[in-house]
Amino acid sequence: MSKPNEGWGSRIGLILAMAGNAVGLGNFLRFPIQAVENGGGAFIIPYLVCFLLMGVPLLLIEWTTGRFSGQFGDHTTPFLMQRLDPKRAFWKYLGVFGIFANVAVAAYYCYVESWTMAYIYHSAIGTFADMDQAQVAGFFTAYTDTYQTTTGIPYENVIFFVLCVVLNTWILSKGLAGGVEITAKIGMPLLILFGIFLAIQGVTLTAGEKGAQFDGLVGLDFLWTPQFDSLTNPSVWLAAAGQVFFTLSVGMGTVICFASYIKKRRDVALNAMTAGWLNEFVEVVLGASILIPICVGYFGIDGVVDRVNSGGGFGLAFQSLPYLFQQWGDLLAVVAGIAFFGLLFFAGITSSLAMGTPWMGLLQYEFGWKRETAAWSFGALVLLLGLPTVLFYDKGVFGEYDYWAGTVCLFFFAMMESILFAWVFGIDRGWQEINDGAEIRLPRVYKFILKFITPALLLFVFIGNLFIPIGADWGAAVNNLFAGNGWQFDASSLVGTVSNAGLKAQIAAAELAGNSTAVAQLEERLWYVNGARLLLLTTFVFITALVYIAYRKRLRTQGAPA
Amino acid sequence: MSTAGFLMMTITMSLVTAITVYLVWRVLTAPQPNDDEE
Repeated sequence: MSKPNEGWGSRIGLILAMAGNAVGLGNFLRFPIQAVENGGGAFIIPYLVCFLLMGVPLLLIEWTTGRFSGQFGDHTTPFLMQRLDPKRAFWKYLGVFGIFANVAVAAYYCYVESWTMAYIYHSAIGTFADMDQAQVAGFFTAYTDTYQTTTGIPYENVIFFVLCVVLNTWILSKGLAGGVEITAKIGMPLLILFGIFLAIQGVTLTAGEKGAQFDGLVGLDFLWTPQFDSLTNPSVWLAAAGQVFFTLSVGMGTVICFASYIKKRRDVALNAMTAGWLNEFVEVVLGASILIPICVGYFGIDGVVDRVNSGGGFGLAFQSLPYLFQQWGDLLAVVAGIAFFGLLFFAGITSSLAMGTPWMGLLQYEFGWKRETAAWSFGALVLLLGLPTVLFYDKGVFGEYDYWAGTVCLFFFAMMESILFAWVFGIDRGWQEINDGAEIRLPRVYKFILKFITPALLLFVFIGNLFIPIGADWGAAVNNLFAGNGWQFDASSLVGTVSNAGLKAQIAAAELAGNSTAVAQLEERLWYVNGARLLLLTTFVFITALVYIAYRKRLRTQGAPA
Repeated sequence: MSTAGFLMMTITMSLVTAITVYLVWRVLTAPQPNDDEE
C-alpha cells in the first residue's frame, strides 16, 4: 500500500491555513461579548496573561508534537499523540478526542457557517431592505425553523447546510496544498480587508447620521473602559482563559494534524507565533471594532446589553446587524451585508476545513483510503451528525454538541496533551524539539511555563468549570463551604450539566406553577438533550473502534512499537 | 471616550498590531529553505 503524498505548498500558505484555523466566528461574535460581560477593558488584562501563559505554550506544544510525530508518517491525532510515548498504547485513545471533537464540532459549525452563506445571499438580493428590526429578528427565527419559510424556499436552512457541507468536502478532496491552502490564501486577506472596511464604518459612525443615535466611539468606550475590580473575580479569569482557548483552536487536534505535514528541521517557533498573533490581531483589533460600536451606535449601551443577554453575539449579528446596515443606504447596505457575512463565512470555512484533517488522516494513512473518498466520508459523517442540530435546533441539540464536543473535550484534550508533552515526553526533549530549526529565539522562561504553569492553569480552568458554584459567586461559595454548608453547584457547571440540573429545576418550577404545557415542552427538550448525548457517545465509541482496528493493523504490519 | 478606555484601547491595539507586523515581516524576509538539504 503506497502512502499518500500530502504536504504544504508554501510557508505563507501554512501560516495562513493555521491562522485561518484559529480565526473563527468567535473572533467577531464571542470576544466582544465576553469583554462586555467581564469588565470591559479590564478583561483584556487576564485575556493577554492567559494568551501568554496558556495560549502560546499550547500552540508550541501542538506545532512541535505535529512536526515531531509527522516525521514517522503519522498524520492523525491518536498516533501523533502515541508517538510521544510509544510504549504506552493508551495515549492513542486520548487522540480519539482529537478526531471526535472535530467531527462533532464540524457538524454544528457547518450549520452556523451555512447561515453566513444564506445571509450573504439574502444581503445581495436585498431581502432585508424595507424590513423593520422585528422583521429582521423574526427572519432568523423563521430561518432556523425548518418547517417555516419566509422567502418561499422550502427547507432553506437544510439546503444551505447541505451546500456548505458539499463545498467543504469538495475543497478537502483537493488536498492540503490544492484545497485548504488555496482557500486560506484567498479567504484570509479578504477577511482582513472586509474587517478593516467594517471597523472603519463602525468607529466613524456619528450620532445623527445614517439614523445612528450615538457615536461608534461610545461603543468602543463601553468595550475598553477598564473596571479593575473585576480582576479579583475568578469568573473573569475563567472567561478569559476560555476565550483564549477557543480563539486559538487549541485542544482540538487540528493544529497537530496540520503541523504533521511540516518537514523535518523546519521552523515551528516563528510560524506558530505568527499564526497565533495574526489571530490576536483579527480578534482584538478588528473583532472589537465592528459588532459593539455599530450596535451601540443604534441601540445604545442598555439596548445592546439587553440584546446580549437574550441572544448573545449571534443574536446581534444575525437578528440586528442586517437591519442596521439598511440604515446606511441601499448600496452600502448590500456591500456591508456581503462584507460582514462574507468575513464570517471565510472565518468559518477556514476553520471547518481544518476539522476534516484528523478524520481524513486516519482513513488515508491507516486504512489506505483515497483522499477523495476520505473527504466525502467526512462530509457524509458531518451531514449525518449535523442534521439533528439543523432539524432540532430549538430543542437544545445544538447546545449539547457545543458543550460536550466544543468545550469539555477541548479542555480535557489540551490538559492531557500538555502533561504528555512536558512530563512524559519530557520538557528537555520538548524544549529541544521546539527550538530545532527555530528562526526566533523564545524566552527560556517558557521552558518553566510549559512544564508547570500551563498544565496548572489548564487544571484550574477544568476544575473551575467542573465546580462552578451557584450564581458563579466563588467568594460566597467558599465561605459557605467553610461554614459547613457544603458546595452548591451552578446549573452551568460540568456537574450541573451532567445531571441536567437546569432543565430539571425548570420542570420542577413549571410543575409547581401547574403549567402542564411548559412541563411537556421541557420534558420533550430533556429527551432531545439526552438523545444528542447518546448520539455523541455512539460516535466516540465508533471512532475508538476504528482507532483500535488501525492499531491492530499496525501491529500486524509493523510489529510492537520500540 | 474616557481617558482610561482610550489608553487601554490604544496601548493594546498598538501592541498587538506591532507584534503581528513584526512577526509577519520576519517570515516574509526569512531565507527560503533548501529542500535538497533533506
